[in-house]
Amino acid sequence: MSKGLPETRTDAAMSELVPEPRPKPAVPMKPIGINPNLLGYIGIDTIIEQMRKKTMKTGFDFNIMVVGQSGLGKSTLVNTLFKSQVSRKASSWNREEKIPKTVEIKAIGHVIEEGGVKMKLTVIDTPGFGDQINNENCWEPIEKYINEQYEKFLKEEVNIARKKRIPDTRVHCCLYFISPTGHSLRPLDLEFMKHLSKVVNIIPVIAKADTMTLEEKSEFKQRVRKELEVNGIEFYPQKEFDEDLEDKTENDKIRESMPFAVVGSDKEYQVNGKRVLGRKTPWGIIEVENLNHCEFALLRDFVIRTHLQDLKEVTHNIHYETYRAKRLNDNGGLPPGEGLLGTVLPPVPATPCPTAE
Amino acid sequence: MLNVTKLNEELRNLSLSGHVGFDSLPDQLVNKSTSQGFCFNILCVGETGIGKSTLMDTLFNTKFESDPATHNEPGVRLKARSYELQESNVRLKLTIVDTVGFGDQINKDDSYKPIVEYIDAQFEAYLQEELKIKRSLFNYHDTRIHACLYFIAPTGHSLKSLDLVTMKKLDSKVNIIPIIAKADTIAKNELHKFKSKIMSELVSNGVQIYQFPTDEETVAEINATMSVHLPFAVVGSTEEVKIGNKMAKARQYPWGVVQVENENHCDFVKLREMLIRVNMEDLREQTHTRHYELYRRCKLEEMGFKDTDPDSKPFSLQETYEAKRNEFLGELQKKEEEMRQMFVMRVKEKEAELKEAEKELHEKFDLLKRTHQEEKKKVEDKKKELEEEVNNFQKKKAAAQLLQSQAQQSGAQQTKKDKDKKNASFT
Repeated sequence: MSKGLPETRTDAAMSELVPEPRPKPAVPMKPIGINPNLLGYIGIDTIIEQMRKKTMKTGFDFNIMVVGQSGLGKSTLVNTLFKSQVSRKASSWNREEKIPKTVEIKAIGHVIEEGGVKMKLTVIDTPGFGDQINNENCWEPIEKYINEQYEKFLKEEVNIARKKRIPDTRVHCCLYFISPTGHSLRPLDLEFMKHLSKVVNIIPVIAKADTMTLEEKSEFKQRVRKELEVNGIEFYPQKEFDEDLEDKTENDKIRESMPFAVVGSDKEYQVNGKRVLGRKTPWGIIEVENLNHCEFALLRDFVIRTHLQDLKEVTHNIHYETYRAKRLNDNGGLPPGEGLLGTVLPPVPATPCPTAE
Repeated sequence: MLNVTKLNEELRNLSLSGHVGFDSLPDQLVNKSTSQGFCFNILCVGETGIGKSTLMDTLFNTKFESDPATHNEPGVRLKARSYELQESNVRLKLTIVDTVGFGDQINKDDSYKPIVEYIDAQFEAYLQEELKIKRSLFNYHDTRIHACLYFIAPTGHSLKSLDLVTMKKLDSKVNIIPIIAKADTIAKNELHKFKSKIMSELVSNGVQIYQFPTDEETVAEINATMSVHLPFAVVGSTEEVKIGNKMAKARQYPWGVVQVENENHCDFVKLREMLIRVNMEDLREQTHTRHYELYRRCKLEEMGFKDTDPDSKPFSLQETYEAKRNEFLGELQKKEEEMRQMFVMRVKEKEAELKEAEKELHEKFDLLKRTHQEEKKKVEDKKKELEEEVNNFQKKKAAAQLLQSQAQQSGAQQTKKDKDKKNASFT
């Protein structure tokens, strides 16, 4: 079947070559393992430093969404996580004004810097979620927003003249706040997570965990995990994306202790001669960063210190690619698996394929 | 409707009240890359025997297997080899592409073409992967050329026209780093003149060679100082010679020893510094963000895709695609029609031919039949004749027999008569 485009000439000089219909994308891979005892230092490992310098220069984007009913402490938690006033709290509870009629999406961006690393942090708040009397389909605006960000990125990517760095507004992480009822998940929780766990990384957290004792906490967590499993909801880190055994063991441990029961606070108190973030109650001070009191520190280490980059990568390599594939399939009407321009691209001319020797 | 409010369009800088911990981000990123490994692809362009393989061996401190090429190649061929090197926890997939036969032919007009085509082919492969619906870019084995080392012959005069032409063709597709090969054949005073001549020729011909980046403070200084020494005059050697009380890579001559890693003797150390230890990542980035993007842009424009209004991009791509697809299908249909027509015509022709042949055969058959009939008649006539003759003969035979029996009878009678007479006479 002729591709309808002109055949390209093959040089007489290349008579030696076997003209291939398509050049092999990979160079004939005979990776010959070189004796690791090299005769001397080459300097290949400096690429790590080079890469680190480059990334520090360009900076990072991180977009985190918080979803949950009003009053669960979303803004406080985000402020505690990033140790700054990234989220403006709903100051007063005025029923007439403050509850939006529909779910709103509020995205606020800040630039924070630490240790020479610049991060553009965007916190996406969803006031109104779960607050109406009838909450049917209240996750739809959220799903729509997330897909819109994927769409924006796709549009940029498909451009002929592309930006050097496509601005990334895709939601990398969605913290879902579970009400600490102590019983089980609410139908709204299940519905939301069922719909959204396929498009975004969901990290469920148990809010206001200072209302539960240790036993209640662990029982509740187990029940929640069970329910999520029964309903086929995969929260981040998803089992199917574990790359190797090391990843799996590390992530298994984390999955076992999720959802993290957290307490947030932006007030500092003096405890044992140290200034700590905490909540003061008549019966004691709950230290936010004390692992015996709540699991905030675990959440923070998990999201920021170890898995931040992974959250972004899973969003980019998996969720975004899924969206893109679906989008191209739907609009192009092409059979899945075929290149978008598969039948239009000319056959790559018979190029001198690197001969493997 | 969706109500999205974006507050704080101009981003505020916030100060942190404590240690958050995202300063580990670069480490997180680097760890991911380390576990995947890095790719680096070098293209060596230069005449046969100029020392490309030796230099690679020297740069990477190892002996890559290779047989030296002959000078009888009919054209320029690209030979690529991949190796896996490891240093501490960094794994590097190194690919070295060699131009075999470059500069050997009598007519070198087309020498640059295989090189350009190879580079384009690698871009094309990446583009194809990027345009797929189901793609896996994050574990794609990148074969695009990150650095092109152009080996200049140490004539001491100026660049050859082949060099200028080739470099001009390559400068928008790859990062070119020109080097003077076999620099131990040039004396120090000549070297400086040679280098200036080369650089001015490159500038006057508008050849864009790779610029070592000077935008980042940590590397700006070293890159700036090194740039002054371009093109690097290198000497390669894997042989070791005892110098003082150490073994060092060197070339031994009756008049002295050229030490490869001695900066007074040659610029090998500078090349290694620039190519590997300082700018390897930048070379990779430039290849991706500049050369590849240029290729992609040209390729897509060539195929008729255009960026239209901002709010219809994937659609415009889709529309153009649909239009092209219809056009293509239309052409396909037309071709199909043509083929069908031709086929029908051919069938008709063949049918006519066959009919002719059939007629002939029929005629032949009739002829044969007639001949056969005639022969048969002849045979029957003859048969009749023969029967008649036989009959006649039988008749004659019967008549003869009758006569004979009559004769016999009469004879017998006569004999009897005679006998009787005799007998009578006896008595």
